Amino acid sequence: MTKHRRHTPVGEGPVTRFILLTLMVLFLGFILIAPLLVVFVEAVSKGLGVFVTALAMPDTIAALQLTLLVAAIAVPANLVFGVAAAWTVAKFDFKGKAFLLTLIDLPFAVSPVVSGLVFVLLFGANSLIGPWLTDNGIRILFAVPGIVIATIFITFPFIARELIPLMQQQGNSEEEAALSLGASGWRTFFLVTLPNVKWGLLYGVLLCNARAMGEFGAVSVVSGHIRGLTNTLPLHIEILYNDNKAAAAFAVASLLAALALVTLGLKTLLEVRYSGELAASRRNH
Amino acid sequence: MLPGFGLGLGYTVAYLSLVVLIPLAGLAFKSATLGWSEFYAIATNARVVKALQLSFGTALVAAVVNTIFGVLVAWCLVRYKFPGRRWLDAAVDLPFALPTAVAGIALATLYAPEGPFGAILEGIFGIKVGFTPLGVTIALIFVGLPFVVRTVQPVLEEIDRETEEVAATLGAGRLRTVVRVILPGLLPAILTGFALSFARGVGEYGSVIFIAGNLPYISEIAPLLIVIRLEENNYAGATAIAAIMLMISFASLFVINLLQSWSRKWFGNV
Repeated sequence: MTKHRRHTPVGEGPVTRFILLTLMVLFLGFILIAPLLVVFVEAVSKGLGVFVTALAMPDTIAALQLTLLVAAIAVPANLVFGVAAAWTVAKFDFKGKAFLLTLIDLPFAVSPVVSGLVFVLLFGANSLIGPWLTDNGIRILFAVPGIVIATIFITFPFIARELIPLMQQQGNSEEEAALSLGASGWRTFFLVTLPNVKWGLLYGVLLCNARAMGEFGAVSVVSGHIRGLTNTLPLHIEILYNDNKAAAAFAVASLLAALALVTLGLKTLLEVRYSGELAASRRNH
Repeated sequence: MLPGFGLGLGYTVAYLSLVVLIPLAGLAFKSATLGWSEFYAIATNARVVKALQLSFGTALVAAVVNTIFGVLVAWCLVRYKFPGRRWLDAAVDLPFALPTAVAGIALATLYAPEGPFGAILEGIFGIKVGFTPLGVTIALIFVGLPFVVRTVQPVLEEIDRETEEVAATLGAGRLRTVVRVILPGLLPAILTGFALSFARGVGEYGSVIFIAGNLPYISEIAPLLIVIRLEENNYAGATAIAAIMLMISFASLFVINLLQSWSRKWFGNV
């Protein structure tokens, strides 16, 4: 087949092919690979001592703990939402479905800063419920709850967007068979639907988690940048970098870059091994 | 009929209301209380106009660059076999996985005047990247690239090669075949990728602010100006800029959806 194709006029000549491939490698090298490499190079540029010190700083540990806490709340919340939304949208037809899908896509079209601003306006001192919150001693803004809510807003589409096309492809026949054989709704869901979408679900969780741990703009607006209290890892990186502690900033950044590489590695593994059980068409990540 | 429709829809709508609708209603309410003259004064303020121009202008240029190179990358990944293809394919998703703040400080370091790329560009070519609109554009190219590649790639994989063979047999040259036979089928996906990359670029914040240097009137993007207004406790100013950006974002989302239904109708699933 390949031998035959070489003789057909379809395809580019070796020179064109070489030029295109070179252009691609140069472009990806300068735009994607170089920034990734520079993170790890700069992280150890001042020696391993600076690297270890930066990671062992109390502020870094507090930021890491907060980042893990935020992801530990936001990801499961969006997991339940993603499954519920996908079940509703993929398995049923109803009026307003297109509007619902647009709403689910919304965070992709809104600037992270605007997403943060929305919560400042909702919970801030000048808002409708702001005075009530203050009177009752409830702190949302410039505190952990605000960071969690902003992160949930930014990351809720990831799992739903992954599951919807997958569930649509799979149709309803297996569930209908289970129900007609007498299984209850929940039993059908846990024993038929969930196993069918498990790899797609894991894929969505990976992307959601990466974004939840890395979100910067929205969290930056609602956090108030209180060191040791409301700084997540990305905000901590910003502060270190602006304090002219570039090596320390890159040391912390290398943690998140490593997380990104693990995410990409697992994602690629899932795509290679279970491509049949992931949604064929994927628009947004 | 499967069970769980009421529960699923109820939960979805309740969750979306809490997380999206009520907060957005708050923004709309705040914008409405501004009044037209105040809104107009903020929207036509010179610094705001410059920031909006910069955000939309650099996002447009970055989306054009990403469209050209995104199609090139998708083409090479789909059509050619070469060592390391799977690695490069995985690397395309890096901007989705790498936190924007990390990308931001990395790009700022690379393109700073004394950085590895910045020194060469400025020393040899006299091109200044850091603290200029060019720096903003480079950051937006980084964040927007996967949108074009990942929209075009699956369509390119599905394209039937027989039509190309027919065109070639009928005497069309390769370039003519690519431009007249393949590109029209890819066009909807290319447009969608362009729009997604543009929309992402307009709102991008984390990867831009470090390389941009944020000089008012020169390299200050609109999202940053919102943050500055908030830090000044000028909620009205921040809200007005956000409202303008949102209107344009909604318009682009609308166009994206139109493009997609159009492309589905004429060229199958994208």
